[in-house]
Amino acid sequence: MRRAELITGILMAALSAYLMHKSTELPVGWISGEGPGGGFWPFWLAAFMLLSSIWVIVNWFRRSSPPSQSDEPYMDAYALKMFILVGGGVTAMIGLVEIIGMHLAAAVFLIYYIRFLGGHNWKTTLSIALPTPVITFLFFDVALNKFLPTGLMDPLYIVLYDIFL
Amino acid sequence: MELLGLLSEGFLIAFEPLNFGLIVLGVVVGLFVGAMPGLGSVNGVAILLPMTFLVPPASAIMFLAALYYGAMYGGAISSIMLGIPGASTAVATTFDGRPLAIKGEADRALIAAALASFGGGTISIVLFTLFAPPLATIALDFGDPEIFALMMLAFATFVGLSGDDIAKTIFSICIGMVMSAIGFDVISGEPRLVLFDLIGFQSKINFLVLAIGIYGIGEMMWTIEVSRGDSMMSKATVTVDRVMANLKIFWNTWKTWFMASFLGFFVGILPAAGATPGSLMAYGVAKMTSKTPDDFGKGAVEGVVAPEAANNAASTGSMLPMLTLGIPGSPTTAVLLGGMVIWGLQPGPRLFVDEIDFVWGLIASLYAANLFAALINIAFIPLFLWFLKTPFTILAPLIFVLSMVGGYAATERMFDVWLMLILGVGGYLLRKLDYPVAPAVLAIVLGPITEPALRQSLLISDGDLMVFFNRPISGPIMITAIILLFLPLFQALWRRMRNKGGATAG
Amino acid sequence: MKATLKKVMALGVAVGLVSGFAAVSGKDAQAAWEPKKPVQFVVMAGKGGGADKLARLIQSIIEKHKLSPKPVTPVNKPGGSGAEALVYMKNHKDPDHAIMVTLNSFYTTPLRQPRLGVDPLAFAPIARMAEDTFLLWVNKDSGITNVDEFVKAAKAAGNKWVMAGTGKASEDNLLTDFLNAAYGLNMKYVPYKGGGKVAKQLAGNHANSTVNNPSEQLGFYEAGKTVALAAFTDNRLPLFKSAPTFKELGKDFVYYMQRSVVGAPGMSKDALAFYQGLFKKVFATSEWQTYRTKKSLQGDLLQGDALVDYWKRENEVHRKMLVKMGAIKG
Repeated sequence: MRRAELITGILMAALSAYLMHKSTELPVGWISGEGPGGGFWPFWLAAFMLLSSIWVIVNWFRRSSPPSQSDEPYMDAYALKMFILVGGGVTAMIGLVEIIGMHLAAAVFLIYYIRFLGGHNWKTTLSIALPTPVITFLFFDVALNKFLPTGLMDPLYIVLYDIFL
Repeated sequence: MELLGLLSEGFLIAFEPLNFGLIVLGVVVGLFVGAMPGLGSVNGVAILLPMTFLVPPASAIMFLAALYYGAMYGGAISSIMLGIPGASTAVATTFDGRPLAIKGEADRALIAAALASFGGGTISIVLFTLFAPPLATIALDFGDPEIFALMMLAFATFVGLSGDDIAKTIFSICIGMVMSAIGFDVISGEPRLVLFDLIGFQSKINFLVLAIGIYGIGEMMWTIEVSRGDSMMSKATVTVDRVMANLKIFWNTWKTWFMASFLGFFVGILPAAGATPGSLMAYGVAKMTSKTPDDFGKGAVEGVVAPEAANNAASTGSMLPMLTLGIPGSPTTAVLLGGMVIWGLQPGPRLFVDEIDFVWGLIASLYAANLFAALINIAFIPLFLWFLKTPFTILAPLIFVLSMVGGYAATERMFDVWLMLILGVGGYLLRKLDYPVAPAVLAIVLGPITEPALRQSLLISDGDLMVFFNRPISGPIMITAIILLFLPLFQALWRRMRNKGGATAG
Repeated sequence: MKATLKKVMALGVAVGLVSGFAAVSGKDAQAAWEPKKPVQFVVMAGKGGGADKLARLIQSIIEKHKLSPKPVTPVNKPGGSGAEALVYMKNHKDPDHAIMVTLNSFYTTPLRQPRLGVDPLAFAPIARMAEDTFLLWVNKDSGITNVDEFVKAAKAAGNKWVMAGTGKASEDNLLTDFLNAAYGLNMKYVPYKGGGKVAKQLAGNHANSTVNNPSEQLGFYEAGKTVALAAFTDNRLPLFKSAPTFKELGKDFVYYMQRSVVGAPGMSKDALAFYQGLFKKVFATSEWQTYRTKKSLQGDLLQGDALVDYWKRENEVHRKMLVKMGAIKG
């Protein structure tokens, strides 16, 4: 936890510095007779971000904030395992959208999570994973005309659109 | 009693079978659209706009207004049950709604939200009925300095709300504001903060992308870790006795929702402000005036009642400048305004003279929609609770799927879905180190209102800061805001002085 | 022997496939092209913005009269004053199913951001549905009733005279620069997000004058809160008969805002023909015609080469104006 606090503080300080740097593409100062320039707002807010990150780092040295006193690991074995399995699963689901479309990616993800992470039986798994793409298709695409991405499955959806629209 | 005559004629119009059916339909659709993270009232109204071409204009706007109302009720549902605010107006509802649900009192929170919404809606419609035209001129008097002062007041009310670590709270507020500055600077007309020169950063980070990322993905991962696979969701049961007992909330908290309704209504009628600052300020004031402020954030019923009463009151309030001036008070009313143009109605001061039937039919339909939204909402509560009883290992993946679909539906860009994932994971990692996330979520809503108001004011005043203090409306608001901002500091100093001599400082 | 048989079979299969494809494409050629899936109707603005209202009106008309076999649904791409929408269209993988409603930022944004690599002339010319007009407005409380009085008052106020408009280097800014130059004024230009906000600033007396479109000021005008002094058009507008044109006043300046629908670059000829037909029908509906009259829109339907010629002309006009403003280098 202690190490994570310091590393995060430094990373956030770096992010703030990048944002400040990026803001200087527009005038960050006070233009006489006009008030602040276009970069003023993000620049000074990012400066405050940098200051508060430094403050966090100072607190780390003084050991005055709870995370900087804690000797517990930032992520124990369980947390890390879940982080990889769940975070990785969600990332894979979003990645799959580009290939098999959002509806089917959702179904695949549900099977992965409910069956393999959740340990439910196949009957429960499929009774949730299979209706989900149908319901989202009927609700978003058909009823609301909000068309979700189809990835490379375009030909399939052309047929479906012909039937339902 | 000319008003009563007009109003009763309006009721006759609202209760025509077609209109009545549309009002009920609108409320039900709105409830679901509002409860779906990522959709919310703006999207609901925009999506269903073309369908209204099939019915007469008066019926069409009644339908959309009912939908708007239903969505305001529905927004509380996902805030309480899933901890994901479906729209910016419902962020403040998560502060106490979510803790209540985790304590197993989701039914109490849901009923409190419905009753408060009803109270807020009713008060604001009555105000609307009585004072619409005179109040419209107040909205016009609000220029940029006044809006900036009002935003300062909103910030002041939530400074004391979150996090023990001041450095991390400031960080959170600032990063939210910087995110809202990404994309394009209206005043100089230049692209700004186009991070890594990606075209996706040519527009600001949408509130929903951040909110769904933080709450739908980040908080879920946090819950999974903390619960160690065991459900932390509601174990609430619903029985007639419990419902009857919970209905008492309406009387027990009347002071809170009464105050919140007035506040929400008046903030709602101001152009550009809308329901989000209103609900936030109501929450802040409820906490300040409460006898037990420490309960807030841990599951105080008043913490649900105040923002819900305020955001419903504000949604009615924001229709006032739309109808009387043709200025939308919120994004949803901006779309409604587009609808009125499609139907050939010209909103503006003449509307109340030229289209009497339309205006009073609409006002009457608001009364009806408000009542039905409350009834239908309460009737659906067992269904919502049943949904919450699903095992966590099924609920969690469904919420992830909902987040992805909702994140896409909000802006229709895959870029934003990826961004949502990154912000969600980042939010989770920061959350583990006690960085509060709510201030960032609120700052991203208030930032884009605050910055232009500041710069436009200063442009007009040649850069003179006194513009915020020497005008009759902005001056008092600004001074109140400053006092409130420094109040916690004075209190801390006061306590420290009193405790001098060994006792631990507050 | 076996090898030859294989070859013959392969040939047979090949011939079969080719003729099959030919039959399919032949069928397509016979029947006119129609969209096979929902058509994306890209909007260069957020929900509730000017272009958004227009797109949703057109969508409603198409649905009401069932003009398209597949839905035409608005998709908002508000980023960077049109930059996001233009780049999205340029890189669209399926240009036959993507159309966009455009305003004058169609020219100005690519000119101001050459890094985007967008060429307006590469877009498919579907239809110019109308041209919106601009007028010079003041608040009624100011007591100003004509341009001479306006010039006098603005001159006296100098840099304190606030002209509200919609963003730097936008249409409103171009018109303000024109007025400043033509009458020797020094008005202060204050940008807002969207014409509705600008109109409200004037009605609330927070700004001294604006150059709104009629549709934005109509509500306040009808309520007697604001006054139209003069129009940036060729002829007087039917709704504002008392306001002279700047031409009449001896300043030869005419400026319109196009309201056009374009197809993604690379759209096929057949698809373009379909959309041109579609928008011709939309143009002829009574709803569109009523909207034109009510909002005081000008300009006839322009399609195909005529529209491209119009774009070429306007693109040059805007380039020159931006150079003059100093917003881009010549």
